[in-house]
Amino acid sequence: MDLPTLIQTIANSVVAGSVYAIIAVGLAMAFGVMKMANFAHGEFFMAGAYVVYVFYALLGWPFPAAVLMAIPIVGAMGVATERFIFRPTRDNVMAGFMATAGLAFILQVLVGQTWGVGLMRSVPTPYMGAMDIFGAKIGWQRVLVLPSAVVMLSALWFFLYRVKAGKALRACAQDPETARLQGIRIGRMTMLAMAISGASAGLAGALMAPIHPVTPYMGHGVILTAFIIVVMGGMESIAGAVLAAVLLGFVHTFVTTLFDAVTAQMVGVAIMALVLIVRPQGLLGRVKA
Amino acid sequence: MFVNWKTWLFLIAVLAVAGAAPFMVRAYSTEVLILFMINLILVCSYRIPTMTGDWSLSHVVMMGVGAYATALLSKWWDLSILLTVPLSAVVAAVVGLILVTPLIRTKGFGFFIASFALGEFVRLTWVKFRDPFGGPRGMIGIPSGELGGIDFFEPVPYYFFVLVFVFFSLLVMYRIDRSRIGRTFKAIYTDAELAESVGIDVPHYRALAFATGAFFAGIAGSLLAHRLGAVDPKNFDVTTMVYLIIWIVVGGTSTFWGPIFGLTVMTFVFEWSRPLLEWRPLLFGGILIFFLVFLPGGLESLFGKLRERFFTRKPLGKGSAGSSGT
Repeated sequence: MDLPTLIQTIANSVVAGSVYAIIAVGLAMAFGVMKMANFAHGEFFMAGAYVVYVFYALLGWPFPAAVLMAIPIVGAMGVATERFIFRPTRDNVMAGFMATAGLAFILQVLVGQTWGVGLMRSVPTPYMGAMDIFGAKIGWQRVLVLPSAVVMLSALWFFLYRVKAGKALRACAQDPETARLQGIRIGRMTMLAMAISGASAGLAGALMAPIHPVTPYMGHGVILTAFIIVVMGGMESIAGAVLAAVLLGFVHTFVTTLFDAVTAQMVGVAIMALVLIVRPQGLLGRVKA
Repeated sequence: MFVNWKTWLFLIAVLAVAGAAPFMVRAYSTEVLILFMINLILVCSYRIPTMTGDWSLSHVVMMGVGAYATALLSKWWDLSILLTVPLSAVVAAVVGLILVTPLIRTKGFGFFIASFALGEFVRLTWVKFRDPFGGPRGMIGIPSGELGGIDFFEPVPYYFFVLVFVFFSLLVMYRIDRSRIGRTFKAIYTDAELAESVGIDVPHYRALAFATGAFFAGIAGSLLAHRLGAVDPKNFDVTTMVYLIIWIVVGGTSTFWGPIFGLTVMTFVFEWSRPLLEWRPLLFGGILIFFLVFLPGGLESLFGKLRERFFTRKPLGKGSAGSSGT
């Protein structure tokens, strides 16, 4: 591997890691508060990409506005999922998870029937040109992902550690019963967690829309990656999810460059299996009493 | 084995209906019946790991292992169908044992996700290695098999061949359900810690349940591969897995009959929804959500409720033990 290729691959890894982090943080957060994962998280990613497709490519809005639209729209989908699927199935771990698999089917069909299944929707790249570092070219569209991830994660950190509602959310994740005794409304908090979770998946999808092929089935590959990251990071640890996302971003990109995409997925799964055997609580997860 | 004359009567009736069925319907429906029979083994085998509470998301991949084993065995060594089916089941059971070794270290949620990921790993090996497994397009040209001069390419003889396997598989699985092992599985589901404290080796029994399920899924996969004449890695992806979950959720899992009932109902729904092809996943997804939210015990719990209301003098009071809470 010569120097430009190496730099190119490192840059791609950082971009991939940033996107993975945005996606997986939402999944880990929802898991922390609800002890329940959303199988349709990949479809939320897909929905975010379609929001950009509709507002930017079809209606001609400016790209940043279309990306920002994805946050409330997919966030609202998260809230609806919490209200109509997770809340009624709260006492059964399996039921909520499986029901969101049904939701994934529904979203795929609705999107496919509205905007077509066959060809991928092309979203023109809003920022042409590329950044040149030592002969490696990275498109501006990709470069954009990194600051977006940093802003999003900082905003999330600020919310969780400095804002009262965010602290309540963490309290809920640590000990729901005690949190309730403090007067925190659990229902509100799970709703908030799913709103943030949906928004994060939507944001990632929106940012990737001009790069990633936009199809109703684009969530498939995403969900497996997101699950691997969350398991590696320790299920409910947000910092663990970010760390695992960056690691997996590097692993996936390097293996894809050196071998191929299928091998990269296999290596990712193998790492996850290894983590489960050697350190079942994940990289930054705590052991529960 | 069966002391009860009612059981005998029931078995004879079922076999008589099953034996007459291919002569009562059109050729196309015989194909549907064959697939139904294969799915019957699959759905009942899936109930075995779920008895311990392990809702594996790699069960369809275990079926795929059986299918690929059959493809390799019959294409390379030209083995008879009488050998490929049991050998494929053994291969699936062995792969199941290997996969379950890391899996039993996880429980509840971690188990779902880890089983999903490990299943994908197996499936991706088929996609990756073109040499034995045929790559992303799978393998074709698997012989339909023949036995004593009867060509199983014809649907009706193959139907009866499958029927024999279905009968014995279901018989064994029914006995497992009723045996001490089956009750041990259920004990693990009800309270794993309590089960452990009375001396049940929980990881051992969870692994056993998983491998047993994989064994029968392997039979189903083998029978499917011989029928279709081809294996495709896409047939064993998570979408198929969700369909399997829909069957078992619609029927319910607390009794042996729940999954069978669910499969029967959903096969009719599947066939009737043929005109709405593109909308079918939406319909099935909606059904899945509906059942999980409003009827988590499945249709079988409905029967329990009806019986409670109309036929029993004293209330049962227990309801279904299967899908409620952990």
